[in-house]
Amino acid sequence: MRHRWRDRLLTTLLWLSIAVLLAALGWLLADLVWRGWPGLSWSFLLDAPRDAGRAGGIGSILVATGLILLVALGTALPLGLGSAIWLNEYTRAGSRAGRWTRLSLDILAGVPSIVFGLFGYAFFGLFLGLGYSILSGGLTLACMILPILIRTIEQGLAAQGDDWRQAGAALGMSRASLLWQVLLPVSAPAIATGTLLGMGRASAETAALLFTSGYVDRMPEALSDSGRALSVHIYDLAMNVSGGDAAAYSAALVLIVLIVFINGLTLGASQVWMRKRVSYGYY
Amino acid sequence: MDVSYRQKGIAVMNRLFQTTIAGLGLMGLVGLGHAEDRQLTITGSSTVAPLVMEMAKRFEQRHADVRIDVQTGGSTRGLIDARRGTADIGMMSRALTEKEADMVGHTLALDGVTLIVHRDNPLEDIDKAQVRAIYRGEIQNWSALGGPDQPITVVHKAEGRSTLEVFLAHFELKNSEVQPDAIIGDNQQGLKTVAGNRYSIAYVSIGAAVYERNRGAAIKPLSLSGVAPEVARVRTGEFPLSRPLNLVTAEPPQGLAREFIEFARSAEVHDLIEAQFFVPFGD
Amino acid sequence: MFRLVTKDRALGSALMLIAVLVGSILLLVVGFLARESWPALNEGPGAFFSASGWYPMEGRFGLLPMLWASLLITAGAIALAAPLGLMNAIALRFFLPPGLAAGYRALLALLAGIPSVVIGLWGLVSLVPLIALWQPPGAGLLTATLVLALMILPTVALTSSSALHAVPSDWLRGSAALGLSRWGTITGVALPAARQGIIGGMLLAMARAVGETLVVLMVAGNVVQMPSGLFDPVRTLTANIALEMAYAMDLHRSALFVSGLLLVALVTILALIAGRLGQGQVHAA
Repeated sequence: MRHRWRDRLLTTLLWLSIAVLLAALGWLLADLVWRGWPGLSWSFLLDAPRDAGRAGGIGSILVATGLILLVALGTALPLGLGSAIWLNEYTRAGSRAGRWTRLSLDILAGVPSIVFGLFGYAFFGLFLGLGYSILSGGLTLACMILPILIRTIEQGLAAQGDDWRQAGAALGMSRASLLWQVLLPVSAPAIATGTLLGMGRASAETAALLFTSGYVDRMPEALSDSGRALSVHIYDLAMNVSGGDAAAYSAALVLIVLIVFINGLTLGASQVWMRKRVSYGYY
Repeated sequence: MDVSYRQKGIAVMNRLFQTTIAGLGLMGLVGLGHAEDRQLTITGSSTVAPLVMEMAKRFEQRHADVRIDVQTGGSTRGLIDARRGTADIGMMSRALTEKEADMVGHTLALDGVTLIVHRDNPLEDIDKAQVRAIYRGEIQNWSALGGPDQPITVVHKAEGRSTLEVFLAHFELKNSEVQPDAIIGDNQQGLKTVAGNRYSIAYVSIGAAVYERNRGAAIKPLSLSGVAPEVARVRTGEFPLSRPLNLVTAEPPQGLAREFIEFARSAEVHDLIEAQFFVPFGD
Repeated sequence: MFRLVTKDRALGSALMLIAVLVGSILLLVVGFLARESWPALNEGPGAFFSASGWYPMEGRFGLLPMLWASLLITAGAIALAAPLGLMNAIALRFFLPPGLAAGYRALLALLAGIPSVVIGLWGLVSLVPLIALWQPPGAGLLTATLVLALMILPTVALTSSSALHAVPSDWLRGSAALGLSRWGTITGVALPAARQGIIGGMLLAMARAVGETLVVLMVAGNVVQMPSGLFDPVRTLTANIALEMAYAMDLHRSALFVSGLLLVALVTILALIAGRLGQGQVHAA
């Protein structure tokens, strides 16, 4: 009762914060829809781009983007899970190895995307000989999303109280079984969040992909082909090609829908996984 | 409850079959490249890239066994790649300097450079002295030029661009003398900045400016000392500001590279060049 | 606690290898940066911090104004995004009913996924003209700070929300049993307990802000100068690399990589500070 005024003030600030976010997001989305909606159609989604992207569609671009994301997630998820598990379950609380790994991840998270692009070109493209390819782009993206993925998963694992672990020990479970059967499913929401944030970052990446997966807008036939990601296409249309604005906004809308879709899938998958393994009885 | 050995056997065979198909599919996806095709790699200027990409597509349509990959990275990258052999042809949006005389240049088109203001600006013409005064900060208000009483927002280009160099050379300015209020990278950014600010002035490619103006952008190209900023005037040379769009090779081109360069300089692609409001060069 | 079985030991080794691989990525990146920036660094690092200004064509590589711009914009962005994001996270955990919370979280995830080119484009076309009406030229320190804050807000909100969800519900119930109001529980129990996660999330957001390229390129004005006011156009280190890398050769290119190294150093300092701040576990009796 003593803090009635403080509580009222804080609650007001809270709703204001939500209002600010909704207003800004709403303005942004309204702008995009207003400019991009007219250009949307089935042929836009399926056709290949013509006239430097001003006409035609983004079919080949969508395929390339999908492949790049697949490579990125396919590489980052196992590596990220592995690192997070190692950091949380196998290193001691203040160990040097753990601290150094975490520090290097934090630093990695802040490297500018354009530097990653140049690094990806030099390392994956030239040194490993992958050239301009979807593989090169996907691997570079994987490097970029690992920090956020690992941090979020690790948080989820750390949040599980020792109850689970102690119960597992009492049952004589090996650590591996405990992880697979219990800890990971229970941390599924955190893993999902990490994946979401990572995918969000990956699909939004432009500079890094321009120098690694490249500029070619043809339908890719192999992972070693160069392919243009959707974000690169939007950038080219908006900032490089005269008269490309309308197509850029339409493509941006498609990208946003794609993100919503991926997010929904990830959340759904994590719920399913968690429910299959963990049921809360009387607690 | 027990599954017979026969059923188990079938299940195993099924699994093996599925895995093999998946494996083959994956291998196909990773791909061994397209060994049968004749390949050409072109990298360089992002200004020239959309044009060359369209030319490449038309060339591919006429020669079924050819694959041309176009990548961006800037004029300098195009030069370096062509020199090193990483690319077969480089694209540059400027002329070769004396230091680069070891390369062979093939001019595709000319692109004029014009000053632009907002559509609502009463100014129609500008001369050299006025441009120098504005960009050096000596004139700071539109009223000095017969316009409204508003400060002039001077928009300048970032270093390294040939548009900047053509501009500085013609108006006899040093970069350190210029007092910009905003610096832009691409033409599109310049166009959008001027369209959004009633009291700004910038200089961009004529191709981009005319294209956007015709599509309704709120900009107006200015005539220079009486010469209208029209593509026809650039062609005759009356309009003095222009830069060449080049393809460069390390030695006189042969084989597929030569075929393509000849194609790109032939009358067969003039419509593509003119569609961008550039001036075809190989007349 | 456990006596490790062979299976677990093998798993442990495999996982450690993975972690080493991941950690070595940073070494590779820094090594790459160091190698490319060596020619410029060799000329003497002092040149980068002198007041000579950034005129690469004339061989002058003063980084200070751009460093300052990067720092100011990041600081401004996190100053805005931290309280807003935290409030949104608290709303997600404590105020919104589960159905709405899921929907709102999806909205935040959506904002997090919008490419910087789209946000930058929107900023250039919609926000800059608006601010230009108030005070030309429109593209400047304030605009960049606002747009960047919008960009990193979902990161702060979602990571903080994750951290808040991780607070054991026992503690919250105990706090309620002690008679604390909802806000009392939040400020007295939940926030301190989630402190490490929240600070970690803010660090992630700050690092993202420091490394952001396209947005600042489009809305910050890109003039290399020390900012003297909120509406002054500025150029960040990242925008500089993006603007000039494609046209730079030799020493100029090397100098750009030096600025890249500087950015990594900045983020390292941020990480160290956050590590120090986040330490100290909150223990339940």
